Amino acid sequence: MSDYVLMQGDEAAALGAIRAGCRFYAGYPITPASEIAEVMARELPKVGGVFIQMEDEIASATSIIGASLAGVKSMTATSGPGFSLMQEAIGYAIMTETPTVFVDVMRGGPSTGMPTKPSQGDIMQARWGTHGDHAIIVIYPSTVQEVYKYMITAFNLAEKYRTPVVFLMDELLGHMRENFKFPEDKEIFVFSRLKEEQLKEEEVFLPYETEEYAEPTPQPLVEMGKAKFHVSGLIHDESGFPMANPEIAGGLIRRLVEKIRLHADEIAMYDEYMTEDAEILIVAYGITARSAMRAIRIARNDRIKVGLFRPITIWPVSRTRLKQLLSRIDALIIAEMNLGQYAHEILEMARSSTKVKLVNKVSGELITPQEILDAITEVQSGIMGYY
Amino acid sequence: MKTKQLLKYLRIDRWPTVWCPGCGNGIILKAFLEAVDQLKLKKDRVAVVSGIGCSSRATGYLDFNTMHTLHGRAISFATGVKLARPEFKVIVMGGDGDLASIGGNHFIHACRRNIDLTVIVFNNMIYGMTGGQYSPTTPEEEMASTAPYGHIERPFDIAKLALSSGATYVARSTVYHYNLLVKYIKDAIEHRGISVVDVITNCHTYYGRYNGMPQPYQMMEYFKNNSVTIEKARDMSEEELEEKIVIGVFRREEGKPCYLDRYEEIRKKAMKGR
Repeated sequence: MSDYVLMQGDEAAALGAIRAGCRFYAGYPITPASEIAEVMARELPKVGGVFIQMEDEIASATSIIGASLAGVKSMTATSGPGFSLMQEAIGYAIMTETPTVFVDVMRGGPSTGMPTKPSQGDIMQARWGTHGDHAIIVIYPSTVQEVYKYMITAFNLAEKYRTPVVFLMDELLGHMRENFKFPEDKEIFVFSRLKEEQLKEEEVFLPYETEEYAEPTPQPLVEMGKAKFHVSGLIHDESGFPMANPEIAGGLIRRLVEKIRLHADEIAMYDEYMTEDAEILIVAYGITARSAMRAIRIARNDRIKVGLFRPITIWPVSRTRLKQLLSRIDALIIAEMNLGQYAHEILEMARSSTKVKLVNKVSGELITPQEILDAITEVQSGIMGYY
Repeated sequence: MKTKQLLKYLRIDRWPTVWCPGCGNGIILKAFLEAVDQLKLKKDRVAVVSGIGCSSRATGYLDFNTMHTLHGRAISFATGVKLARPEFKVIVMGGDGDLASIGGNHFIHACRRNIDLTVIVFNNMIYGMTGGQYSPTTPEEEMASTAPYGHIERPFDIAKLALSSGATYVARSTVYHYNLLVKYIKDAIEHRGISVVDVITNCHTYYGRYNGMPQPYQMMEYFKNNSVTIEKARDMSEEELEEKIVIGVFRREEGKPCYLDRYEEIRKKAMKGR
């Protein structure tokens, strides 16, 4: 019997989360993310977890933060309109350094947009959706198999860096069914939450105590109970209590940003395809990267030296690796199902002599391999693209 | 009870509070601590969750597991806490603006779900922290900084809102009726399922100053002279009850399964299917 099963992207997201130790899910129905809630409603009670359908996305986002602070790994899932409603709560999770996972199965926007059509329109919202200076980790898988795998990574990164992690999925990936194999236990690492009994007797737990300012790493969160700690969305000192002193305020905001920025190379994940000798580099992520791979295979038949860089963490991206690649290519193609949201991040690192071609689509249809192939042919013939 | 005996429940190093001298919030806080003391609750098995506003600052002064969360969202944060750690007594504290306006949706749905939380509403009928704007419980014709010609909206009656949403314990007191307040909070914490205690309190700084009662004692006198018990209110006409504060226990329905009791049934069904 084959080890493979047919698995849907949304289903893989739910099952991956449970495998990562998620035991609390709160959500509100929304296409194309509802299936994640449905699987959670079915599976969580079997493993002693809790599923609850809340009255809206604000309640969903805030209750998962409450559950996580109480000591249980938790997540929610939504799509564009709901993701907009969750932004204030994401800021609270950043400020209180509460590990949480927010899944956004993207649909066309703005507003109600195209609920059943794919779009990569929330790239910037995932990065900058909540107010104030902050850093965030955003993971973006390309296949159903990856959804499961990187969902576990998402929970681990959330715990390790004590931060919300945004998990972006394409509508098409959420609804698509493809071959899937459950990874073996030995392939999986799961970060576990500290229990209150693990605190030493009379130990004072300072929830925001950090080692070394130069490379700040937050201490792991301990579950609610003996530690009796206080959390607040206000500027606070290491004890968690509000403190309006300018030095503490500036220090806190910088630390929250730098705990991600200074560990970017450790956090960043990416994939490359035929980049060794590439003269043309395509940057694409999520489902679009799959079209790019097909286009590359066709172009390679014509001996065109083209390769793909696919960020898996789109925030932070591996600037170290990307700069290496960008320093030796002649042309750059950035393909995304939006009007160029991620292009800025990449172009900032590109040399000015590099030919640039953007492939953008916001019609609710996928970018096809042919469209990317056309772009490859265009840059190959030495025609400058528009930018 | 002597305040001294209750100091062990406070984070005295976080004093002074942000509250104005004479504010009713301190009375509610003391009543809450007295109830906790009578119930002999362990400090590390209590979680207090608040939103944003003057009263929501209470969590910073209490020596329990405390969360000062987002405006209006204390109940949904608390829902997550309770479902994650059922062994905790979870208390929600917040103002009328926090719990009945921006958080109104969470309030009615928590009542409907009968989730095992105790919600203490610090109802001063005004937004204090932001400077005296009218709230969903400001009575008609009263003055507020955003109602300079008088307030024209009909106010919510928090107790009735909780009752019609399905809450299983609902009581109301004022800060003048301290002993009742202690009793209601104590009963509310003991109650399994959602309990709502609506506490009418004084913001003399804004509500009182705009409405002819700038001194705390004037508001206390107002509460004393205008409160009627629920028993007495039953024999009074609607006109007679206008401008009165009805205090007492509106509902106490013990033995009704709370959300977690029902979820336990779900778990059994789900496991059977395995």
